[in-house]
Amino acid sequence: MNAQPPLLSVRNLTVRPGRTLPPVVRDLSFDIAPGEMLALVGESGSGKTMAARSVLRLLPAPLMPVEGSSIRLKGSELLTLSDHEMCKVRGARIGMVFQEPMVSLNPAMQIGKQMAEALRLHHRLSDAEIRDRSLAMLERIRIKDPAKCLAAWPHEFSGGMRQRIMLASVMLLKPELLIADEPTTALDTLVQRDVLDLMVELTQEQGTGVLLISHDLGMVAKYAPSVVVMQSGIAVEQGRSAKVLTAPAHPYTKSLIDALPRRAEGGSRDTTARPALIEVQGVVIDYPGRERFLRRDPPKRAVHGVDLTIGSGETLALVGASGSGKTTIGRAIVGLVRPSAGAIRYQGHDLLQAGPETARLRARMQIVFQDPYSSLDPRQRIEKVVAEPLLLDKAMTAADRRDRVRAVFEEVGLPWALADRLPHQLSGGQRQRVAIARAIVRNPAFVVADEPVSALDMTVQKQILRLIRALQDKHGFACLFVSHDLGAVEQVADRVAVMENGLIVEMGTRDEIFDTPQHDYTRRLLDAAMLIDRSFGAVMA
Amino acid sequence: MSVLGLKMPALRLNGLLGALILGSVVLIAIFGPLLVSGDPMALDFAARLKGPMSGHPLGGDEFGRDVMLRLIHGARTSIWIAFFTTCFAVAGGLAIGILAGFLRGWVDRVLMMFNDALLAFPGLLLALGFMAVFGASRQGIIIALGLAYMPVVVRVVRGTVLSLREREFVEASRVMGNSELTTMFRHILPNCLAPVTVLATTMFGWVILAESALSFLGLGVPPPEPSWGNMLSTARPYAGQAPHLIFLPGLCISVTLLGVNMFGDAVRDWLDPKMQG
Repeated sequence: MNAQPPLLSVRNLTVRPGRTLPPVVRDLSFDIAPGEMLALVGESGSGKTMAARSVLRLLPAPLMPVEGSSIRLKGSELLTLSDHEMCKVRGARIGMVFQEPMVSLNPAMQIGKQMAEALRLHHRLSDAEIRDRSLAMLERIRIKDPAKCLAAWPHEFSGGMRQRIMLASVMLLKPELLIADEPTTALDTLVQRDVLDLMVELTQEQGTGVLLISHDLGMVAKYAPSVVVMQSGIAVEQGRSAKVLTAPAHPYTKSLIDALPRRAEGGSRDTTARPALIEVQGVVIDYPGRERFLRRDPPKRAVHGVDLTIGSGETLALVGASGSGKTTIGRAIVGLVRPSAGAIRYQGHDLLQAGPETARLRARMQIVFQDPYSSLDPRQRIEKVVAEPLLLDKAMTAADRRDRVRAVFEEVGLPWALADRLPHQLSGGQRQRVAIARAIVRNPAFVVADEPVSALDMTVQKQILRLIRALQDKHGFACLFVSHDLGAVEQVADRVAVMENGLIVEMGTRDEIFDTPQHDYTRRLLDAAMLIDRSFGAVMA
Repeated sequence: MSVLGLKMPALRLNGLLGALILGSVVLIAIFGPLLVSGDPMALDFAARLKGPMSGHPLGGDEFGRDVMLRLIHGARTSIWIAFFTTCFAVAGGLAIGILAGFLRGWVDRVLMMFNDALLAFPGLLLALGFMAVFGASRQGIIIALGLAYMPVVVRVVRGTVLSLREREFVEASRVMGNSELTTMFRHILPNCLAPVTVLATTMFGWVILAESALSFLGLGVPPPEPSWGNMLSTARPYAGQAPHLIFLPGLCISVTLLGVNMFGDAVRDWLDPKMQG
């Protein structure tokens, strides 16, 4: 086994923009054996994507591998190939799957044509042969009615299906190496597992080596036998995943693993009953159908009759796949969507009745959105962002407001020096802190946190989760934590409600749901969640 | 931060140059007639269709009127018309577009029905129709061209508003308890300004050209009062004998447009918060 030369051998890879600027990848070396999967792990900006792109020689303009770097595919050097020769390697010998299945397929091209495109480029095959091979591959990835699929357009498929089709069209060329750049980040937990299982299946069958790029340690633990941990362009630690992830030697790896949400972090939970703050009863929510010529499509039902109660000071987590209606419920409670039936009450007051009392209570309920990039007005300086809710309190003077904003900045851990920055001048984590500050500035009694950490890096996720917890302990507001990330939920929730297709299928305390799930769907979600301690169960405990 | 405190030196240079050109044109338009004495309507048959000569540095037109004086006075008319027409079209377009995009429902439908009907006519044809109503005067031109170009602004603004409405910061403003009106003025209007500015600078150019087209049809600024547009159109029959009569007002229009566009680009970047470091 050891005598066999590695499939891909990267030596001393250093990538830098120009001569003077610091490298984005420094002295990176690793090997991938045929059929093996190696993961490059790191946070955004760690250089993992640039390292992978160097293998394909698809680096953005000023970036260049410096002299002394070497990338060999089956012993032949790739960095010295001419552009023309490199074109023959791309696709045919090295395939790539991108992160966004929504944009990596051409929306104006039928699936069959896209699959045929690369085959035609690299192999001399007749149309009939191309069709046969495509059909066989679609059948292989268990697509119903492959012939129909060839004539279909990308928008007819869900994200997960598109990613499978993408994978199929790449694997159709039988590449020796597959580069998968965050291939499932945009997908739901259950779909994520399907796609990865399929990828492993196909690559093992064909003996393809895989270079997986990911920020998800849980995924790496489950799928990749070896791992390279990168920080600011440097491989700080590499080796077998089981060893690196269970007994990390480098402090950075340790901090990444510490950042994984875990139950112990949340502490034990007080499960005594609390007075109900928010009551949701039999809520049905429809989205109006698309407007057609002279008529409307029938409305689409997103939530089919949901009951839940959130006690004061309690965190209820709402989990489920995208499209399950979990976000819609959160939005309905704060008044962004109007239910078509049912009742939403705040301490017994019906929030669906308009009136001054409802308006007053609405101010006690706030929301933190998922995407800190779009939830802040790009033209508002962040001091203004946080102060804005206070403008509604006519009793406050400008000086009062400034004092309050300063205090909240401190509470959420934002340096006051950032006060006159614009949102785009902040990092994702800082932006989310601003959004949280805006939500709590008027001391709400209830906050909806709609996937508040899923757009953030791992270590930042941990900080934000901790911050939410700390603020909750201090101010005692109740929280509806909407998330698809079971890891985060396990850490923050008191109680968990699981949603599927607009219905709550199971609800219970955190420990009940995670330890003794009753409903089949809950079990499947838990199985698919790549929680690292489940992959290496015994070792981590 | 200076007004043109842009990040990239190339852009800053463009913006400065644009501001310089536009600034000098505006200054000439305002103060030129005061500084250079002489009557742009005065006839001097000795200078008829002549090139540069003593007493007439840029020559004379078909009636022997001084071309330089006419260009300076014409600048006043052209800039005046372009400026007010653009302001009128943008103000009206912003109001209607925001109303339609933010209120949606039947308001949107009715407004857009009218707007689309207006858009279906070529701008100039529409302006001709309005001119028939308002008469051939400066005010008439401003109203007619303003109304003719307004539907384009409405479209752009409404589209921007529709996409902004779905953004989470607009929803956050609602959850905060802000009224729709506050949300509209505080969060939606300022974010519409960047695309509208770009449109406005382009429109400034269109209007100068449209005014010359109207003059060509005899509906623009009534002669003998000079505008760059009517100078250009009355010079056409003499293109062979006196090309400078076409060339000079044409050059004025082109240079002004260049300045306006460069300045507009810089303003757009300056308004874009992402360009501020």
